[in-house]
Amino acid sequence: MTLVWAQLGYLAAAVCFIVALKGLSSPKTARRGNLIGAAGAVLACVIVFLVSDIQHLLPILAAVAVGTAIGVLGAYRVQMTQMPQLVALFNGVGGGAAAIVAFIELIELSAGTAGVFDLIATAFTILVGSVSFAGSVVTFLKLQELMTTRPVVFAGYPILYGLGLLAALGFTVGLVLMPSLIFAVLLAAVGAGLGVLLVLPVGGADVPIVISLLNAFTGLTVAASGYLLGNILLLVAGTLVGSAGTLLTRLMANAMGRSLINILFGALKGGSTLGATTVSDRPVKSAGPADVAILLAYAQRVIIVPGYGLAVAQAQHTLRQLVDLLQERGAQVDYAIHPVAGRMPGHMNVLLAEAQVPYEQLKEMDEIDPEFKQADVALVIGANDVVNPAAETTPGAPIYGMPILHANQARQVVFMKRSMRPGFAGIENELLYQPSTTLLFGDAKDTMSKLLAELKALTV
Amino acid sequence: MNTDPIIWLTIFVLAIFVGVEVISKVSSTLHTPLMSGANAIHGVILIGAILVAGTAQSTPILVLGLIAVILASINMVGGFVVTDRMLVMFSRPKRALQKSERRELEP
Repeated sequence: MTLVWAQLGYLAAAVCFIVALKGLSSPKTARRGNLIGAAGAVLACVIVFLVSDIQHLLPILAAVAVGTAIGVLGAYRVQMTQMPQLVALFNGVGGGAAAIVAFIELIELSAGTAGVFDLIATAFTILVGSVSFAGSVVTFLKLQELMTTRPVVFAGYPILYGLGLLAALGFTVGLVLMPSLIFAVLLAAVGAGLGVLLVLPVGGADVPIVISLLNAFTGLTVAASGYLLGNILLLVAGTLVGSAGTLLTRLMANAMGRSLINILFGALKGGSTLGATTVSDRPVKSAGPADVAILLAYAQRVIIVPGYGLAVAQAQHTLRQLVDLLQERGAQVDYAIHPVAGRMPGHMNVLLAEAQVPYEQLKEMDEIDPEFKQADVALVIGANDVVNPAAETTPGAPIYGMPILHANQARQVVFMKRSMRPGFAGIENELLYQPSTTLLFGDAKDTMSKLLAELKALTV
Repeated sequence: MNTDPIIWLTIFVLAIFVGVEVISKVSSTLHTPLMSGANAIHGVILIGAILVAGTAQSTPILVLGLIAVILASINMVGGFVVTDRMLVMFSRPKRALQKSERRELEP
């Protein structure tokens, strides 16, 4: 039995994790909450070295150092725009680690007499850990646009999926009846296959929801491995993440007005080919920076709809200068933040906070949406899907049912876009062809600088 | 090893409710940092990885265990650091803001 003070230390770490999650759900306490969580994790690691009979100390410390270096470098190097991918990768390696731990435990268990519960926990950890690992890799590829961001479905998908689930069940039973490594390897392979299949049909815009789901999965595998190793802290921490992550996934899906089932399997119903990738040649009205500057110069009420394209072009800082100038000229300017603007819920807030946009100017969707009717200009920068009326008018579109910002109700709509390419969800946007819409083509940062210069010239 | 599975089941079920309760009032602004923070917390699988690596009896198992240790530390350390990076942006005081802005412009 582990020493009492070590158990108390684990309890303290578990409390740290609960306080951390609590802190992370409110803006004022979020940062402190995260630090408390980190302190709990460090405490737990120190305890395990002190009380458990750890051999191979040097190689293990070296491995921790290598992992820490990779983690810190990754976390500091990553651009804020690419952060969702990084979280997906971190989650994937965590799931992989849990699967390996269970694998090794199985080797030890199979030597002696293992209880049924132990074996079930082993099978679960290997299977779900592999799902999480492989699924996270596919989400990474989608977000990094190394593969198509559109939903991938093929004939026979449901059959393959069903067979995969059956195989997983069969191998689990096999492993419990006859604890052998063959079943473990088979489970890992099936798990990886199921992980890939789980993420393939999910459209690019929905991928972050899946990261959150896989995050919850990894939490549960950690909980199961805690049972396996007889470590209560792992059980508690894993379960906390599993349940909080599941709820968070649902909250995120709600923010998009979608059900989780629809996000995961909606593409299988076949509606997703709608709007495909055809770039239409219908007439649009485009203008130069000078024209748009004049439009803005006479506007009293401007609402800005920022999107991922803004962040990719690193144009947030120039945008802030533009907004400052408009405010000096007496216009009322706000940012309309769609819950899923960017690549993840809340992502846009992070990106604009990075550009030091005052928090009060960021208006959430429910608050700002009715005000579009009074707006002289809605300036849509690098956003597309979040203002696409197809979400309301076209059943079967991948984003159908998602609440949108009604930029179309503003007197004038200015779209800053790189090209006529459709958005991340791959659907054409009717708003581009509306008579009140003006398009301003070009790289967001470049165009924004020109716009700023023109507006300055008008101001002097 | 595990004397009574019922005790473990009890802890498991209670922890589920705690997990749901503590984040039930999160604002949508914080969804991303919360996901990232929760992601870092399951990095404590690191102690599981250390335990299995530390009791490895053969070289292949030790190597596997060490791989798990590396992966888990990436998850844990990287997770907490990137979450902190996100959250700093929400809560920076004005002066610190300008300093870091200058730093960003330099390179």
